[in-house]
Amino acid sequence: MTSVEMSTVDTPVNPVNPIYARRRRRDLVVRGLCIAAAAFGVTWLALILFTLFYNGLAGLSLQVFTADTPPPGASEGGLRNAIVGSIMMTVIGVGIGAPLGLFAGTYLAEYGRNDRLTSVIRFINDILLSAPSIIIGLFIYGAVVVPMGGFSAIAGALALAVIVIPVVLRTTEDMLLLVPNPLREAASALGLPRSLVIRRIAYRAARSGLITGVLLATARVAGETAPLLFTALSNQFWSLNLSKTMANLPVTINNFVQSPYAYWKQLAWSGALLITLAVLALNVGARILGAERKTK
Amino acid sequence: MVSKKQGADLAEMAVESEVGDIAAAAGPYDRARALSAFKLGDVTFYWITRLSAISVLLILGGIIISLVIGAWPAMKEYGFQFLFTKRWAPSADPPVLGALGPIYGTLVTSFIAMLIAIPVGLGIAIFLTELCPQWLRRPIGLAIELLAGIPSIIYGMWGFFVLGPFLATTFQPFMINLCANIPVLQDIFAGPPSYLSLFNASLILAIMVLPFITSISVDVFKTVPPVLKEAAYGVGCTTWEVVRSVVIPYTRVGVIGGVMLALGRALGETMAVTFIIGNSFRISSSIFAPGTTISAAIASEFQESDGLHQSSLILLGLLLFVLTFFVLASARLMLARLDAKAGK
Repeated sequence: MTSVEMSTVDTPVNPVNPIYARRRRRDLVVRGLCIAAAAFGVTWLALILFTLFYNGLAGLSLQVFTADTPPPGASEGGLRNAIVGSIMMTVIGVGIGAPLGLFAGTYLAEYGRNDRLTSVIRFINDILLSAPSIIIGLFIYGAVVVPMGGFSAIAGALALAVIVIPVVLRTTEDMLLLVPNPLREAASALGLPRSLVIRRIAYRAARSGLITGVLLATARVAGETAPLLFTALSNQFWSLNLSKTMANLPVTINNFVQSPYAYWKQLAWSGALLITLAVLALNVGARILGAERKTK
Repeated sequence: MVSKKQGADLAEMAVESEVGDIAAAAGPYDRARALSAFKLGDVTFYWITRLSAISVLLILGGIIISLVIGAWPAMKEYGFQFLFTKRWAPSADPPVLGALGPIYGTLVTSFIAMLIAIPVGLGIAIFLTELCPQWLRRPIGLAIELLAGIPSIIYGMWGFFVLGPFLATTFQPFMINLCANIPVLQDIFAGPPSYLSLFNASLILAIMVLPFITSISVDVFKTVPPVLKEAAYGVGCTTWEVVRSVVIPYTRVGVIGGVMLALGRALGETMAVTFIIGNSFRISSSIFAPGTTISAAIASEFQESDGLHQSSLILLGLLLFVLTFFVLASARLMLARLDAKAGK
């Protein structure tokens, strides 16, 4: 935009004219406030990242990755079980949620473009996209944990899957709608059936966008805590049994932060640093993929 | 974007490989079988996608049904009185449970958060679209978006260890002294300063929803036709006048939609709030006093609850869901109106 240059060019106005002077003063004040607002926003990010690195790096050692979570009061131990549990639940959650979201987005963008069902689903999906995640936790508690008779890792993964679906659905639909129609028409004209037009042409053309959506969804659920609080719960042991409670980073951090033990707090900071780095890396990766797409 | 040439290549490749596969499977001349394989694949794929799409509706239905079933005992026991009862005493005999405290805390924290986040978020959006030099646009935009990516438990932890102590020793005493003799304000900013308070939670919420307001505002500001802005600059408007008289009126619906979306987030935010609000069910006129929100109450008590207590917490969740549903639904309707205007 050229607005910046245009407005800063000195206009030949009479500087003592009170109306002009007042307008310019007001403009200056508002500009100052806007700059201050931007500084305010960036400062928070810098502050949070600084504290995270400062406190998190101090406790980060090999032990964090090789030892399991320590009992109360101990001064040795790591986060191995929580890290592995988190990765497992995230992978299963994304593994269930991403295909569902992908297919649902495909229906919205390819089959049901002018459908009444599509507009209803899109509307509901947009609401689920921002629905409080603790509600998802309550839902899975009622729908999975109670019937199964106890907290379990699979319930946690399902809760995450419910959060993944709307994110992937939304990006899939957006990305498929960007694929130009002549591509599909060309393929259809060659006699390709509809499902193959979608799978072989539309998916391929939108591939980086679809991956971006899955990455963003993974980033979103990797740090989710609220839906795991009463689905997967957490524990202090090394366990890979999906039908039992499973340690995971967010809930472990949640429990350690509020404890009186210095070493637990130390581990909580390290865990927080790990989660944040993972989530930010996924976000940046998704963005780079998305940017590549635009410049192509 | 994919060029036509690339597209044609893709199509060709796809046809070759697919027809090859199926022809190999069906034998060289069996056209009928190949066609029926195509048809079967088509129908299967259509139904897979359609059922996946319908699963979204099933999830919504599942959420409502499971919450209503879980909340039923509390609804039967307390009825509408639940909404207006201040006392929350799960261990009393019989337990007395009322939602007024958490509802009050939810509304107050969200209100204060929006009070802070709306002007700041819009300010950043104006800065990014009108004032910022080109080379700074991407880094600042990225920083704001990353703020949205940080998990909420990190905000909570940071608020608990860093922001809470900082506010309790600086900002809170300052405001309490400043307002000590002013009527009304002295009740709102009443001491003692506290690490855990409604205000601390509101500030964290404000920081968390800031990126939502900013990114939606930037998006809708970009829909303003440049001609309109250029015309305004052309007749000598200052940047502020252009924003106030051209950009904001043109995008008003979209901005309100973005704000509602952020409000929906703020109402339901859990972990960040749970750490720093103090989980007290008392209703205090001071925003420096501890309080609780619906989501914080659920997060901190659900695990140890049973019977009527648990059912009441689920009822709280149902209330929260209904509340956010309406806020988010109106947000989406407003944003949809703007899309229609932009001809999308």
